[in-house]
Amino acid sequence: MRSPDVIVIGGGLHGCSAALHLARRGVKVQVLEKDYAGRHASGVNAGGVRRLGRHVAEIPLSVASMELWHRIRDLVDDDCGFESNGQVKVAENEAELALLAQRVAEARALGFSHEELIDRQQMRAVLPAVAEHCTGAIYCRDDGAANPYRTTLAFRRAAERAGARIAEGVRVTGVSREGRGWRVETADGTAHRAAVIVNCAGAWADRVAAALGESAPVLPSAFMLMISNRLEHFVKPVVGAAGRPLSFKQFANGTVLIGGGYKGSLDRDANWTELDFRGLAESAKTVWDLFPIMRGAQIMRAWAGIEARMPDDIPVLGPSSTEEGAFHAFGFSGHGFQLGPISGAIMAELVVTGRTNLPIEPFRINRFGAS
Amino acid sequence: MSAAIRESCDLAVIGAGPAGLAAAATAARLGLDTVLFDEQPAPGGQIYRAITETPLSERGVLGEDYWHGGALLEPFFQSGAQYVPGATVWSVTREGEIGVSVAGAARLLQARHVILATGALERPFPIPGWTLPGVMTCGAAQILLKSSGLVAAGQVVLAGSGPLLWLIAAQYLRAGGEIAALLDTTPSANWSAALPHLPGFLASSYLAKGMKLVREVKRRVKVIAHVASLAAIGGDRVEEVAYRVFGGSETRMPVDTLLLHQGVVPNINLSTAIGCAHGWDPAQLCFTPVSDEWGMSSLDGIAIAGDGAGISGALAAEHRGRLAGLDAARRLGRIGDDARDRAATPHRTALARAERGRRFLDRLYRPAEAFRLPAPETLACRCEEVTAQQVQEAVALGVQGPNQLKSFLRCGMGPCQGRLCGLTVTELIAKARGVPPGAVGYYRLRPPVKPITLAELASLPRGEAAEKAVVRG
Repeated sequence: MRSPDVIVIGGGLHGCSAALHLARRGVKVQVLEKDYAGRHASGVNAGGVRRLGRHVAEIPLSVASMELWHRIRDLVDDDCGFESNGQVKVAENEAELALLAQRVAEARALGFSHEELIDRQQMRAVLPAVAEHCTGAIYCRDDGAANPYRTTLAFRRAAERAGARIAEGVRVTGVSREGRGWRVETADGTAHRAAVIVNCAGAWADRVAAALGESAPVLPSAFMLMISNRLEHFVKPVVGAAGRPLSFKQFANGTVLIGGGYKGSLDRDANWTELDFRGLAESAKTVWDLFPIMRGAQIMRAWAGIEARMPDDIPVLGPSSTEEGAFHAFGFSGHGFQLGPISGAIMAELVVTGRTNLPIEPFRINRFGAS
Repeated sequence: MSAAIRESCDLAVIGAGPAGLAAAATAARLGLDTVLFDEQPAPGGQIYRAITETPLSERGVLGEDYWHGGALLEPFFQSGAQYVPGATVWSVTREGEIGVSVAGAARLLQARHVILATGALERPFPIPGWTLPGVMTCGAAQILLKSSGLVAAGQVVLAGSGPLLWLIAAQYLRAGGEIAALLDTTPSANWSAALPHLPGFLASSYLAKGMKLVREVKRRVKVIAHVASLAAIGGDRVEEVAYRVFGGSETRMPVDTLLLHQGVVPNINLSTAIGCAHGWDPAQLCFTPVSDEWGMSSLDGIAIAGDGAGISGALAAEHRGRLAGLDAARRLGRIGDDARDRAATPHRTALARAERGRRFLDRLYRPAEAFRLPAPETLACRCEEVTAQQVQEAVALGVQGPNQLKSFLRCGMGPCQGRLCGLTVTELIAKARGVPPGAVGYYRLRPPVKPITLAELASLPRGEAAEKAVVRG
């Protein structure tokens, strides 16, 4: 077997995206995935494709990624279920609306105009079913949503067509220097070798970082989602709330996805998540308040995917701070799906050219202090 | 109705069929604070459904085996166990937290030990036209019969295989129903394959009972053996059943109601959602939870009793329930190992007797592949209307198992949570990939295992989760 130039550890959306962009640049890539591509958060997240409300540091990346989303078929030869029906964040009182106005002003001052403040009347035109008490919203027209597993699989298949190899059921057990390159051992006893490694290991990425002598305070998290029975269509955009955790979306088939920040517990070594229905009950109360039309709905299923949250809720993205030929893309903290297309492009740029034009300084791994 | 649901108990038993009733009675009598949750308004499970309230009071109609269920009730009600009927258990965690809805309100209850006694469900029978109105399972017809004394009018045809098919046919006839034909899909090759297990069967009570049932049905019903293909045909509802006997040509028969049945399999929805280990049973062609001789699953604090731990029938379920109840009492410190083992002895003997002959029946009534793996254009998943061909195409695109298929085709994501398609989808993928079903696995099921309303969920008492949330999207 010829050895690859780059080993990507982790076959989630970010790993598959990195593999795709690297392979398109003619790099020989091997992805090592311990379960199957899209098994965890990449495959089972809410599917929000959102610039709205991003951390200021993430806005440039999110805006760049959105350009890729709007021509996603050109990138991966699949529409990924992407629909651009906008995203809305509603305020439930004047104080919340004032905060939203402040946020929009802040983004405009930085030169970004994708967020639009809309008043009660405009909001009701976009969201006819929203509760009477809501006072206004931020509207991001070109945002939307996509099908997460289909997206991950599309990136994976596109990467393979471009020449990347993706091995599933292969768990990395050790990473060490060998000469100027890397030796990556897997649970099946194989030793893989490559000049460069890319750490896209999500909730397990701290273990890879540790092998490089870097401390990454990953908080493995299991964000919970639930889905309703099929209902008449009543909402097109994805809806969030200013004052409470919520992600709310109706699919084409009428089912409604409810998520937004409540976490279950997990055992990352056993791939196990346990739901906390007290948290889901809070989401249910939020929906009860914001969409009275949902009060008779049934909850059919709930789940959670395992992913990495960082203490400051923004990812680690960039070169290793300790080693040459090692790069990180993990810790997307519950909002990495939209960034998938661009994070892989950034990884490929860094690996091939050593630099990127996008501002990734805020995402450096050593921001958490010395290892 | 019962008193309000408490916040904790020693033992929670889920399901009031023979295993659940016996387990709860045994454990409560040994001093465990026991709660039995059951979805139905009255005890009995499916096999003894409506035993306290069936309008069919003429004992001969449902048969003595049915009325045996009555013997489980008195000990249960005397045991001190709390009985909560009309209770939908929609979640059980590994820590023993039970999520349950009663009368429109949801509650969480902490149990130190849990016994799942959720029984069996009918194996999917995906023939062309199986979703047409007028086509239903024999089990559904039996529920109507037991709880309301109802039999279908018009031309009724039964099709399929297995002991329950004959039992239901006999009960139907005794209740005044007419059956135009019984299409027996048991493959003739099964007889020779079952022969090695014949001695056990000859020594069992199944032989005499079974022969009597078959004779009773054959006297009054045209039985067509060796049926190798079946299809329900109709527009708005079923009008004809088309069938072909082995080596023959297609025959059509007018039908108003077509009742299908090809055996039962463990209902593993709850045990799967909790995370108990399961394995593929090559004899019964289904997934079965891993459990020890006391019914303990792979997880501490979670036991499984009765057909939910592997199909053995109602009598065996009762004994398995008692064993699980004894072990619960031991684990929670009410009795020692010796006392448990002594008390278990007669139940083990009775269990062995009850299980005698099962292997013969399992082999004889193993459904043919033609009735487990549907034709390309036939629906495999009826909730999301996914055909067998779509499943095969998804495999060609790289789907390795049922969980990736969910994301692809929404198979198993409808209201049935895989109950009507799970085994079909597993076997279709296994066949397409050329690997055993055990290597393909089953749906990873998630709670709520039964739908709950948003209002019920919102009614849960407030917890600390409210403070733990972070905003995401």
